[in-house]
Amino acid sequence: MVDVRDVHYAIDGRPIFAGLNIRVRRGLITAVMGPSGTGKTTLLRLITGQLFADSGQVLVFGRDIASLSTSHVYAARRRMGMLFQNGALLTDIDVFDNVAFPVREHTDLPESVIRKLVLTKLEAVGLRGAAHLMPAELSGGMARRVALARAIVMDPEVLLYDEPFVGLDPISLGVILRLIKQMNEALGITSIVVSHDVHELATIADQSYLLSGGSVVAAGTPQELARSDSETVHQFMTGSAEGPVRFHYPAPDYASQLLGGDEG
Amino acid sequence: MSGAARHGTVLEGLRKTGVTGIFFARLLLACVPALARPRLIIAQIYNAGGRSLIIIMLSGLFTGMVIGLLGQDVLRRFGAETALGTLAALGLLKELGPVLTSLLFAGRAGTALTSEIGLMRATDQLTAMEVMAVNPMSYVAAPRFLGGLIAMPLLAAIFNIIGLYGAQLVGVQLLGIDRGVYWSQMQSSVGIRDVTEGIVKSLVFGAVVSLIAVNEGYHAEPTAEGVGLATTRTVVASSVLTLLLDYMLTAVFL
Repeated sequence: MVDVRDVHYAIDGRPIFAGLNIRVRRGLITAVMGPSGTGKTTLLRLITGQLFADSGQVLVFGRDIASLSTSHVYAARRRMGMLFQNGALLTDIDVFDNVAFPVREHTDLPESVIRKLVLTKLEAVGLRGAAHLMPAELSGGMARRVALARAIVMDPEVLLYDEPFVGLDPISLGVILRLIKQMNEALGITSIVVSHDVHELATIADQSYLLSGGSVVAAGTPQELARSDSETVHQFMTGSAEGPVRFHYPAPDYASQLLGGDEG
Repeated sequence: MSGAARHGTVLEGLRKTGVTGIFFARLLLACVPALARPRLIIAQIYNAGGRSLIIIMLSGLFTGMVIGLLGQDVLRRFGAETALGTLAALGLLKELGPVLTSLLFAGRAGTALTSEIGLMRATDQLTAMEVMAVNPMSYVAAPRFLGGLIAMPLLAAIFNIIGLYGAQLVGVQLLGIDRGVYWSQMQSSVGIRDVTEGIVKSLVFGAVVSLIAVNEGYHAEPTAEGVGLATTRTVVASSVLTLLLDYMLTAVFL
């Protein structure tokens, strides 16, 4: 479905990916985990054709997205849905119109059909009653559920989730987790979940990739990752500050800086 | 400034001009599909034009009233008070109408456009559109550009009409110039070329201010500071370019 092959990508000379390989299989939930700053969101932008790899290939639906014309990239995007970290709802239209937005843009369906379609999707995320609200009136969790309804309204084949669990209360988090699983099981949608919430992902993911230092350091089912003897995997899964992944940003010696007066 | 730094500044200026030029070309291309969404354009005419009406009308009234006072004072020295109608009409139609409207338009509508698009960028709304296979150039940028382009000449026309009334209010009602003379002088001295000059200027200013506002918002750094800076750049660049282009267009129409 999505095949990332030996991708190298750098921003302003700073390498983000150096030989990244990820294979997303049809109908499964694939988790991409990694510490902050490992380029998880960049990976989603490469898959949606907003960025292009410096070298290597990103195959989406069997075709290299970098080789496609703009119209073909747009055609590929119509087969995908993406849930943004902050929802990214259009703030000048209400919840109903937000969910209806892709349908009105890409189809000529009559308004009565659009209404049924939108209400069905809003019901799926439990927000049919909030259809008339403006995005500014929604809580963070509600905004993300509306964004999820918008992402699935065109019945995509692939759903991309960018940090779907960040900043949610336990109830919203549980609901989003269940929804991701339901979308996958009931609609057969292939899902790519980018997150650093290890324990949440372990309950829903069929396969997981752990990124660090620009490439995959471990891959397998969540259970296999939990049993891994790799220090990086162990550090990430247990949330330890000590290990191969540095918690501290590079800095001069702590003691000498404290004792050295005001400079530096 | 050292030679290298000056060189860098010149290159940066050239780069920005190039980026704006390419953006303008893309914007014009995006206007074609945007024309198929008249509702979006009408909404933007209301946003840029309707919401600027009050300040445009107030400014037009006071500008006209000042012309009435100043004209009376200056023209009396030559015994030509009756030419007030001519002065007010030519001054407003050719210069003050388009220029002041453009400056006010940049401050009221231009800043609103830049900050709105900049915030859409900062909150991933433009990225979300791209991912939904909707081109934000034709959905967001082009309708706002067209809305500004259409609104600006309409606002300038309203500014002129209210301004002429303001000058008449002071000249005729307060200072006693004959009403018939005021309007007949205007009628006999204003030609179609003068009206055309005002319309061309307001169209050009509308295009330039809208382009700058949309471009700055679209390319704003997606942070609070970035959007603030972009908004400032919109006002500064729009104002300077309005005055510069006014000089050039006035020379062309001489």
